[in-house]
Amino acid sequence: MDAVSTQDDAWTVAGRPFASRLIVGTGKYKDLATTAAAIEASGAEMVTVAVRRVNLSDTKAPMLQDYVSPARYTYLPNTAGCFTADEAVRTLRLAREAGGWNLVKLEVLGPAPTLYPDMPATFEAAKALIKDGFEVMVYCADDPIAAKRLEEMGCVAIMPLGAPIGSGLGVQNPLMIQMIIEGAKVPVLVDAGVGTAYDAVFAMELGCDAVLVNSAIAMADDPVLMARAMKAGVEAGRLAFRAGRIPRRGAASASSPMTGLIK
Amino acid sequence: MPTNFAGPRRLARFGRNADTRGMETLVEQLRLMVNGAAMAVNPGLTVAGLAAQLGLDTRKVAVERNREIVPRSAYEATALEDRDEIEIVHFIGGG
Repeated sequence: MDAVSTQDDAWTVAGRPFASRLIVGTGKYKDLATTAAAIEASGAEMVTVAVRRVNLSDTKAPMLQDYVSPARYTYLPNTAGCFTADEAVRTLRLAREAGGWNLVKLEVLGPAPTLYPDMPATFEAAKALIKDGFEVMVYCADDPIAAKRLEEMGCVAIMPLGAPIGSGLGVQNPLMIQMIIEGAKVPVLVDAGVGTAYDAVFAMELGCDAVLVNSAIAMADDPVLMARAMKAGVEAGRLAFRAGRIPRRGAASASSPMTGLIK
Repeated sequence: MPTNFAGPRRLARFGRNADTRGMETLVEQLRLMVNGAAMAVNPGLTVAGLAAQLGLDTRKVAVERNREIVPRSAYEATALEDRDEIEIVHFIGGG
C-alpha cells in the first residue's frame, strides 16, 4: 500500500473538489473511442469540450457524450474559435443551456500564428460572463497583473499559457507562472504548451494547482500511454512540490559520510 | 445582427416578384435558416417539432433563435416564424 496518498490532496475550484490535478481536452483525437480510452487512462475528472453546430445532415452520428459521459466527467465548455468577447459569451450561454452547468473555460484568442490570449477581449468577456452568473476559469497571458485583475473580477481559476497552444514547447515562462501562483488566492493552472510528461511535472513543481493538457496526449503516437504518463507526471510534480526540493548549490556535496573511511 | 421578424405578409411580397409556379407551397411555408442552411417548414411548427423533424436528441443540444437562447422547457411552446435564424449546437471534442 502506498504510504503517500494523493487522495487526501484534493484541490477545489468554485467549491467543487477534484482529486485529479490533470484536466484533459477532448479535441484532436483520431476517433471517439481513443478519446474515451485516453481520458480513462489520464485519471482526469474534468474535461474540456467545444460547442459547435450539430451536423444536420447526419444527426445520428456518434456524439462525444456517448463516449465521455457528462455524468462521470465534469464538462468544462470552452470558447475555442472565439476571437471576440461577444462570440465567447454567446457560445458559453449556449453551452450552459446544452449542459446545464455554469463552470466554463473562457479563452479569447488573437490571430495565428501566436493565438496568444487577447486580454482586452478576455476582460470584457469575463465581466459579462460573471455578471451572467458563470463561474469562469480563464485562459490568459502569463502576466501577473492581468491574472490578479481577473481574480479580483471574480474568475474562479487563472490559467496562464506555458507556451503557445499546441506548440509542445513546455513551460517557457517559469518565473512569470511562479509570480502568478504567488499572487493568487484562486487555483492557477498551466493551460497550453505542455509537450510531454516532463512539462507537466515541471508545471506542478512550480506550484500549479493543476495542469490542462490536450494536444500532447491526443497527438502522441500512443495517446493512451501518454495519458497515463501525464497522470504520473502531474502526480510526481505535485508530490515533489509538497515534499520541498533541496536548494540548488554551486558546489558538490557528497552523499556518503566522509567519516569512518578505511585507511 | 438579429433578423427582424418579417411576418407572413412579407412572404406574399417575396412571392410577387418570384416565379409563381408552386406559389401555394411557397406562401404557406416558413423560410428558416438553420445552422446556416436554408430550410422551408410548415407554419405552426414549434422548436420541438423542428427538433423531431431533424431527428435530434434534445437532451444533448442547445437552440438559439434569432440570437436568443430557447430554453429546453420552451421548445413545445415556441412557434417558429418566417425568416427565423436558428442555431442548434452540441458538445464536441475540444481543448
